[in-house]
Amino acid sequence: MASLPISDSNFTLGQAPLFGDPAISADRTFHAYVHIPFCRVRCGYCDFNTYTATELRGSSQAGLASVLQREIAFAKTELETQGFAPLRPATSVFFGGGTPTQLPASDLATILRDLRTTFGFASDAEITTEANPDNVDIEYLSALQKAGFTRVSFGMQSAVAEVLATLERSHQPANVPAALAAAKKVGLQNSVDLIYGAPGETLQQWRTSLEAAIEMQPDHISAYSLIVEPGTKLARQIARGELPEPDEDLQADKYELADELLSAAGYQWYEVSNWSRSVETRSVHNLAYWRSQDWWGFGPGAHSHIGETRWWNAKHPATYQKALSASDLDQTLVNSPAVGSERIDSKTRWIEKLLLEARIADGLSIADVKVANSEANRVISQLIADKLIDAALALRGRIVLTLQGRLLADYVVRELLG
Amino acid sequence: MSPRATSRLEPAKTNPEFIRNFCIIAHIDHGKSTLADRMLQLTGVVDDRSMRAQYLDRMDIERERGITIKSQAVRMPWQVDNQVYALNMIDTPGHVDFTYEVSRSLAACEGAVLLVDAAQGIEAQTLANLYLALENDLEIIPVLNKIDLPAAQPEKYAEELANLIGGNPEDCLRVSGKTGIGVDALLDKIVARIPKPVGDPNAPARAMIFDSVYDSYRGVVTYVRMIDGSLAPREKIQMMSTRAVHELLEIGVSSPEPEPTKGLGVGEVGYLITGVKDVRQSKVGDTVTTLNKPATEALKGYSDPKPMVFSGIYPIDGSDYPNLREALDKLKLSDAALVYEPETSVALGFGFRCGFLGLLHLEIITERLEREFGLDLIATAPSVVYEVTTENGEQITVTNPSEYPTGKIKKVLEPMVKATLLAPKDYVGTIMELCQQRRGTMIDMTYFGTDRVQLRYSLPLAEIVFDFFDQLKSKTAGYASLDYEDDGHAEGDLVKVDLLLQGEQVDAFSAIVHKDKAYAYGVMITGKLRELIPRQNFEVPIQAAIGARIIARESIRALRKDVLAKCYGGDISRKRKLLEKQKEGKKRMKMVGRVEVPQEAFIAALSTGEEKKGEKKAK
Repeated sequence: MASLPISDSNFTLGQAPLFGDPAISADRTFHAYVHIPFCRVRCGYCDFNTYTATELRGSSQAGLASVLQREIAFAKTELETQGFAPLRPATSVFFGGGTPTQLPASDLATILRDLRTTFGFASDAEITTEANPDNVDIEYLSALQKAGFTRVSFGMQSAVAEVLATLERSHQPANVPAALAAAKKVGLQNSVDLIYGAPGETLQQWRTSLEAAIEMQPDHISAYSLIVEPGTKLARQIARGELPEPDEDLQADKYELADELLSAAGYQWYEVSNWSRSVETRSVHNLAYWRSQDWWGFGPGAHSHIGETRWWNAKHPATYQKALSASDLDQTLVNSPAVGSERIDSKTRWIEKLLLEARIADGLSIADVKVANSEANRVISQLIADKLIDAALALRGRIVLTLQGRLLADYVVRELLG
Repeated sequence: MSPRATSRLEPAKTNPEFIRNFCIIAHIDHGKSTLADRMLQLTGVVDDRSMRAQYLDRMDIERERGITIKSQAVRMPWQVDNQVYALNMIDTPGHVDFTYEVSRSLAACEGAVLLVDAAQGIEAQTLANLYLALENDLEIIPVLNKIDLPAAQPEKYAEELANLIGGNPEDCLRVSGKTGIGVDALLDKIVARIPKPVGDPNAPARAMIFDSVYDSYRGVVTYVRMIDGSLAPREKIQMMSTRAVHELLEIGVSSPEPEPTKGLGVGEVGYLITGVKDVRQSKVGDTVTTLNKPATEALKGYSDPKPMVFSGIYPIDGSDYPNLREALDKLKLSDAALVYEPETSVALGFGFRCGFLGLLHLEIITERLEREFGLDLIATAPSVVYEVTTENGEQITVTNPSEYPTGKIKKVLEPMVKATLLAPKDYVGTIMELCQQRRGTMIDMTYFGTDRVQLRYSLPLAEIVFDFFDQLKSKTAGYASLDYEDDGHAEGDLVKVDLLLQGEQVDAFSAIVHKDKAYAYGVMITGKLRELIPRQNFEVPIQAAIGARIIARESIRALRKDVLAKCYGGDISRKRKLLEKQKEGKKRMKMVGRVEVPQEAFIAALSTGEEKKGEKKAK
């Protein structure tokens, strides 16, 4: 992982990072991310920060809600102390993992209640949790809805048993439609995540998965290209020759097929890997990342972005818990669980803006590109000629990727940065 | 057995009667330096404590590769029948690239030890140097080395040597440089057989320069052999080719460390220091005389070294260009044969077109540049000098394919070499086939003994500068040896093949090749580049062309996907750093039109094969 602690003059282990000038955050919305680092089993491709029961050492699943509660209180104190009062209500909350639904619905409800009490939520706040289709039923989903959740995102990945086996996903393909139907029934907005490019997956198998997802008519579909992360079991299997290496050209074919089938079914792309049935069902939380809003990431390994600073928490739940354990008798003083931070100066902020906003359908303003790239006009005209950005929109001052451009988004960004 | 000499003869006062000047002729690996080491020890000029392997090879490269690049001279005392003698051993470079330097070293001697590995027999290079020694009327002492090896076949090779130079197989001495066996007998024989130097002590001074070395502390150290007269410290000396006058700051002998003396007399070998900083002012082959009593006639045999092989040398990091220039300027001080001039390449940026005596010389120079000056370099494929005559009669000398005229060409002359190849007879067919492929014409074939054959071929130099030697070695299991000498020019049916990347010519890959080989070259280079250049977001055609005619074509398919799927959990830092890394990578790319070509692709495509370098080092 690249997220190793970075020595940073305004960062001291145990103390909260310094957020910098609150004015930077004046026109940003505030969001909360909650990381639930538990899984029943670890999937072969996964390098996310998650732990099975046997890997938890001194921490426990049951204890997490109360530890998170401390970080929430800590966040309030720090934000207020560092000039971010009054606290902004959260525009979105997202529970990710791991598998948040490894916890009982009541735990998720408790954590959500703490967040609401501390920050308050915007009236139309989007409150999402990721869910494993295997461990939710209508009662569970109903409990979430009652607790204030508005949205659920299912890790479907594929509809093909063989592909799921390669990914080592344990869920039954048949559980997904049932879970999704239940979500609809209790009135939760819904989304499914798909992964394409598992070793050995054919284009036809991918089509089957896409069609199965569309068939369920979720509000939102994400399709992620499988990335073989170093250190995963999958990477080792490929290195040993047990599984074939993903073919980037086939991946491109699959992306194009996804866009074709999803568009035909009425889903519009709004970010490279995300499609929704309407502007209203785009993920507010997801867009917050791409638009560099402020968010506090709670939980082990979570990343945060407030003001001029990005930071990240200790990854292991036990280390995380230890930092937040009360260090005095009143149980009020706690240490920050952050293990690294990075100050984002204005140049870096500009780079990030281009890097992130280029990926969304609303695109990037050409004026922003010109801020630091004197060659912008030449680059943009070449990108139009290469059909990587939309010509008509470029004439109106915005850079929006074409289908071909989305597949080469990183190249486009490098060009724009000059 | 002779004892170590009890005293030494004083330089400048030594009677030529008791001087013996000799060199050792040997193939690489036949143990010349080890034998020299034993002589130094046995004569007591180097004590056992300060002895190190290959004492005389000063440069790291020499010691590592086991070859001598710059020759040295050592004065050693040796006593026979109560008479002390001064033996001057002149170490000669063993490689064909340095034939000129060899011939000057030989000219400084009266005799030569012909050293042959008793397990391998005589090799082509040895024959070439033996020929030069006989041309210089040297007394030859045949010696078989490494007789301690289990695989040694001294009888067989003594017979071979006797057949070659006449005499009886029994006359051939048997020694082991490693154990020291027979080395004292060899020293005795040198005294007995090698003629004393003859010269006129009263004539104006004439000293022949047989080596010139740049020393960063003392400036140029010039090694000379006194032919007539004498030289003394503080005297004003004159170089006969340039008429340049220098003051003799120091004069002395190497024993083997420099020892200043009161001068040098007839027949003696020693060094001169004048304070000049550039070896070009003290050229090998030139005659040194005095200003007060100058000689009228220079010694014969002086000629300027002529580069045979050219290559463009470029720094991998363009900002190293000034450092490369400085490094070449420094190397030039000690290597009169190195020539260079600035050159620019669209693909490689600023560099130098360098001329070398041969391939080994090229390799040694690039290696010294990299090692002694810490530079990372790309050397373009070596090429030779062509004399091109255009339809309208214009004459053009082409040392770089980019200078090749574009219009109609009347005739092209290419340099030829006479190659001598020596191998066990089982490989004759293989060698003939290889030479045939390389446009060779056989001159003759001679059997040595029962199983070894000498083949002589006339070959275009261009055909051997690339990978001929490697091919020869691999096709003959390493048994064949090669030597070549300049053999004038011959008309060739040659064309220039250009390489186009997306329609843009890449000068670094242009080559002048024989018409029949143009297609194969085109297919090879386009194929190689297709593997080496990463996919771009558009299709990149790679074409090889002669003029406007395309002779080979490959294409790199367009890259379709270059995007990371997601940023997990808001870890933007990770994503941004990845992007920054990619941008760093882009900086190391050379742009050819819109095509990003990694530096490594140029290196890999231009190198004649990395394994070649490794193989030579491993020897």
